[in-house]
Amino acid sequence: MSTEGTTNVPEEGPTALERFINGVLPENPIYRQLLGMCPTLAVTNAMKPAVTMAAATAFVLICSNIMVSLLRRLLKPHLRILVFTLTIATFVTIADRFLAAYVYEMSKQLGPYVPLIIVNCLIISRAEICASKQGLGVAISDGVGMSLGFGLGLATIATVREVLGSGTWFGLHVMPASWPNWGIMALPPGAFITLGLLLAVAEWATEKRASTALWRTVRMLWSWRH
Amino acid sequence: METLTALILIFIGAALINNFVLHYFVGICPFLGVSRRVDTAFGMGCAVTFVISISTLLNWTFTHFILRPGAPLPAWVWQSLGGSAQTQIDLSVLSYIIYIFVIASSVQFVEMYVRRFFPPLYKSFGVFLPLITTNCAILFASLEVLKHMQDSTELWGLPQALALALGGGIGFTLAIALMAGIREELDLCDVPRALRGAGIALIVAGIMAMAFMGFTGVEKGVETALGSLLR
Repeated sequence: MSTEGTTNVPEEGPTALERFINGVLPENPIYRQLLGMCPTLAVTNAMKPAVTMAAATAFVLICSNIMVSLLRRLLKPHLRILVFTLTIATFVTIADRFLAAYVYEMSKQLGPYVPLIIVNCLIISRAEICASKQGLGVAISDGVGMSLGFGLGLATIATVREVLGSGTWFGLHVMPASWPNWGIMALPPGAFITLGLLLAVAEWATEKRASTALWRTVRMLWSWRH
Repeated sequence: METLTALILIFIGAALINNFVLHYFVGICPFLGVSRRVDTAFGMGCAVTFVISISTLLNWTFTHFILRPGAPLPAWVWQSLGGSAQTQIDLSVLSYIIYIFVIASSVQFVEMYVRRFFPPLYKSFGVFLPLITTNCAILFASLEVLKHMQDSTELWGLPQALALALGGGIGFTLAIALMAGIREELDLCDVPRALRGAGIALIVAGIMAMAFMGFTGVEKGVETALGSLLR
């Protein structure tokens, strides 16, 4: 944290590029940090609501990161959480009104989960960890990276649930017509079980042994083809 | 009698049929984070029930008098400033900001009050209170109440709002305590390495959600039973 008058001294902490890359995979909000579980489970029964949710969250996250980063020298330690929450609530109100005005059907379908972005731990944790300590550029790239990571997480879960649950992807039929829709995947239990299994897959893939085994298989296949 | 039946139905709906955690997915963070032991899980549940009731009470008051379309207070201010009585003022665009402000400050006050006047209570669940501000379940209860305050023909009164809040809080306590009981047993099991921690907890939650789906349609039976009981 830099103080007044020392603005030319580079601020400590990761650089903008590091923040961006970290947000997408190494510190993925859903698979690595388990943040923002409420929308992750609630709106991923199909791709369309998941993408809308990811976009709304991205808007709020980036705007609140910008705002908090600009205000960071004025923040008082004991009031900062309140300032973060009220900033986020303001942007969520904007996003909610915007969705209600332009994509009314989707806004109806998402229902209370749009206002619940206010209490998405991801946004407040980025304000606390990054935006309140670092400059505007870093805060923006952190917001963009984290939003991409969050959108990626939502999209993977929604893909699994929509393809298995209704045989479609973004409303297009991708499974054969004889596919018996697994109704449970579109219902609450399917959300919990899909996320649990995907977390295990992510955990397994990042384990060192597994990734070397995977790498060896790929190399073997490659040498066999040539 | 009809109002009493309606209240009981709202309560059962929030606690069992549409359980806050297992149907609406609100309050998942503490549900996964504080469910390692039954006693701490129960403490968390009690803290949430307590705060959800208080903040819903406050938010209902704000909504009824200030925020809902056609609320009395802004209309009075408007008319005393010389506006016409026909204008209907709708301040519900401010509701999210006011709700989160009320929740954050009521959590602060509850924490100070409980620490000052009920030390044993503070010892049992006081440590969870600061965590509750960002618990979705609290905001969700207020938002559900707001949804029923939009249409002036069938406004929700304070009893309905409190029935929803209490039902939601008790449903949350039930879910998190059951989960903690299962996880205590799971510690003795040989879970595959990749699934340990959150993975297996989510799968258990999925099976619990399936079990709670069995409550769907219970409201019809409850309604008939209450009807014959209260007649």
